[in-house]
Amino acid sequence: MIYFDNSATTKPYPKAMKTYMTVAENYFANPSSIHRLGGEVEKLISTARKQIADLIRVNPAEIVFTSGGTEANNLAIKGIALRHQTRGKHLITTEIEHASCYESFRQLQQLGFDVTFLPVDRKGCVSVQDLQNEIRNDTILVSVMHVNNELGTVQPIQGIGKLLNEHPKIFFHVDHVQGIGKVPIQYEQSGIDLCSFSSHKFHGPKGVGFLYVRSGVTLSPLLHGGSQEFKHRAGTENIPGIIAMAKALRLTIEKSKYEMDNLVQLKDYIRKQLSEIEGVFLNTPEDYSAPHIINFSVPGIKPEVLIHALEERGVFVSTKSACSSKSTDVSRVLEATGYELERASSAIRVSLSFENTRNEGERFIQILLEVIDNLKKVMRE
Amino acid sequence: MIYDHIIVKYGELSLKGKNKHHFVNQLRDTIRRKLKPYEGVTVKKAFDRMVIELHGADHELIVEKLQEIFGIQGLTLAVKCDLELENIQKTALEALKQAGPAVKTFKVSTKRNYKQYPHDSQELNHLIGGYVLKNSEDITVDVHHPDVEIKVEIKPEATYISCIDYPGAGGLPIGSSGKVMLMLSGGIDSPVAGYLTMKRGIRVEMVHFHSPPFTSDRARQKVEDLTQVLTKYGGAIKMHVVPFTDVQKAIKKQIPDNYSMTIMRRYMLRITEKLAAQNDALAIATGESLGQVASQTLPSMNTINEVTNLPIIRPLITMDKIEIMEISRKIGTYDISIRPYEDCCTVFLPSAPKTKPRREKANRFEQYMEIDTLVEEAVNNTETVHFKEETETRDNAFEDLF
Repeated sequence: MIYFDNSATTKPYPKAMKTYMTVAENYFANPSSIHRLGGEVEKLISTARKQIADLIRVNPAEIVFTSGGTEANNLAIKGIALRHQTRGKHLITTEIEHASCYESFRQLQQLGFDVTFLPVDRKGCVSVQDLQNEIRNDTILVSVMHVNNELGTVQPIQGIGKLLNEHPKIFFHVDHVQGIGKVPIQYEQSGIDLCSFSSHKFHGPKGVGFLYVRSGVTLSPLLHGGSQEFKHRAGTENIPGIIAMAKALRLTIEKSKYEMDNLVQLKDYIRKQLSEIEGVFLNTPEDYSAPHIINFSVPGIKPEVLIHALEERGVFVSTKSACSSKSTDVSRVLEATGYELERASSAIRVSLSFENTRNEGERFIQILLEVIDNLKKVMRE
Repeated sequence: MIYDHIIVKYGELSLKGKNKHHFVNQLRDTIRRKLKPYEGVTVKKAFDRMVIELHGADHELIVEKLQEIFGIQGLTLAVKCDLELENIQKTALEALKQAGPAVKTFKVSTKRNYKQYPHDSQELNHLIGGYVLKNSEDITVDVHHPDVEIKVEIKPEATYISCIDYPGAGGLPIGSSGKVMLMLSGGIDSPVAGYLTMKRGIRVEMVHFHSPPFTSDRARQKVEDLTQVLTKYGGAIKMHVVPFTDVQKAIKKQIPDNYSMTIMRRYMLRITEKLAAQNDALAIATGESLGQVASQTLPSMNTINEVTNLPIIRPLITMDKIEIMEISRKIGTYDISIRPYEDCCTVFLPSAPKTKPRREKANRFEQYMEIDTLVEEAVNNTETVHFKEETETRDNAFEDLF
């Protein structure tokens, strides 16, 4: 099996899963209980919080655990909008955000907020200049993803942060779900107020994630109840998930130190090979792109057909974001880059992890060549 | 990152006379201990400063560590380059760029120890400043109040360029002023008092009063966690956990309710004084702040203080709660302190503690108690725990999980 769908989800590390099992079995008490068992579990969470904070170089009190990336994004966007609406009701984001951000903004539009969706260029990159032109006196939030999940384009986060530095009233949220471990980011230096993460994108379990909330930033909670997570998120914590996530993050950050070169080389290899296949068009830009995502189109072949044909040969890739790939319309992201309909509706995404090898890359190219060849023959008949 | 060394400036230390080297050596030892986990980083003494050579280590991490050390007034990030004008210009530009996105104005100040250098300082200011201006956007020169001052030192062997300064923690090097016993409760105040005491170069040992089963393991854990945080600033710390249940029971039984808190604190001082003697400490530190609670009024302190003639250091005595909370957030103890567990001061808290207790009355109430026995038993059964400064605080039992 060649698993090249890591941007949809990654395979959990066995070590993280072992942690999950041990914690679920042995540390089952409610961390809010005041007896000794509760105390132990509370200590586990605070150790995980500290480990995660150390790994991304922020303070433990700035980490809010959530049920995943979608909740982190919803909490950041709606939490800021609802809490600070008296200051202004204008929000800025981009046309290529993940559905969990995009749809949050759509909902806020219905609640009377004014949302500007910034366009992107051919490369899928948003322009700092465009952003500057859209900033108004009543703007309270700018939300931009770091690495685009379909194209792999890296957005100019530091440049945006620098611009927003001059507008201290505007909060800056970054969706870092695709970037963590692959494309580093400096939270404080980039002026980021909020940043979202999801455990299953870095080989942790599903159903858990976290939001970085810079100290001093206030939010409306989405979930009301107990005073867990500094009152940002009520509800008994997902203990096994949180501890396993802390472990997975450590392993990923460690791997990124010595596996990054291999990943970059694998991506370059696949890119180069794809660019030599006739009828294949690369959509991921060569510069400003993450080391693990390659998006390409094979006009004339329906992506679904190609995916199933590859699957028959043990290769797993995807079309667009898994979260929206069941709807049949064209990719919103590719459409935003201005590609014509045929190219935008025939995109395939290969997404890698540190676990993938050169050998898998070579086999993938070979299989892809054969599959395209076969399909073209069939279609001509 | 281009920075290759950090200059450590002493501040108050440099005013010391003959025994200055004693302070400086103490500081150097602390810095070496702190930076030990970072391979390749070296520490060198120079006249009136210390130089940390990074050898590729992440300067932000090292600065963060150095900012935890008392006795350092300020830190300057610097880069060494050769004497070629073109290289000096390029390095200066790069150093400015890395000073951060908010920089709008700058100036160049050159010092030329190497008098044979073909350009004089004034010329160099122009040559370097002009180059930086030409090669950057949105940045102008401001010679009076620049955001960043690019300091260039031309020496015979090399050029040193710096433009980022960080504040240090101030104070005196830890261990240069002896030792005191700190009464640590687990609240917001006492850890801050510990921090400020250490700031003057004093080593502290913690004294914590524990009353099982009225106070829980989690209350004790809280104090242990606080102590662990404070090791960042003070190095290894000993914590003495005093079993206090018997004393509290005796007070409850024999002392009128409104005086129980006053008497309890007198016991705490007596026990701490004994522990001080055993551990060669010459004073006691507390987190008292005038007027905050009933035990912290002048009549209260006067009555409580009667039982010891050891100096009592009260760094917070004139501070407002807000100021104390601010420091506690800064040093990383706030989030631990606000965990909501009972401590020995709250379990037996009378409904109306006396705010104006009198010494005579306290003495009269105490005369029927077996003070010496109670104190001795508490001291004899005191448990001592050692805390080492850790680069990562991780519980051993949990280690495999993370």
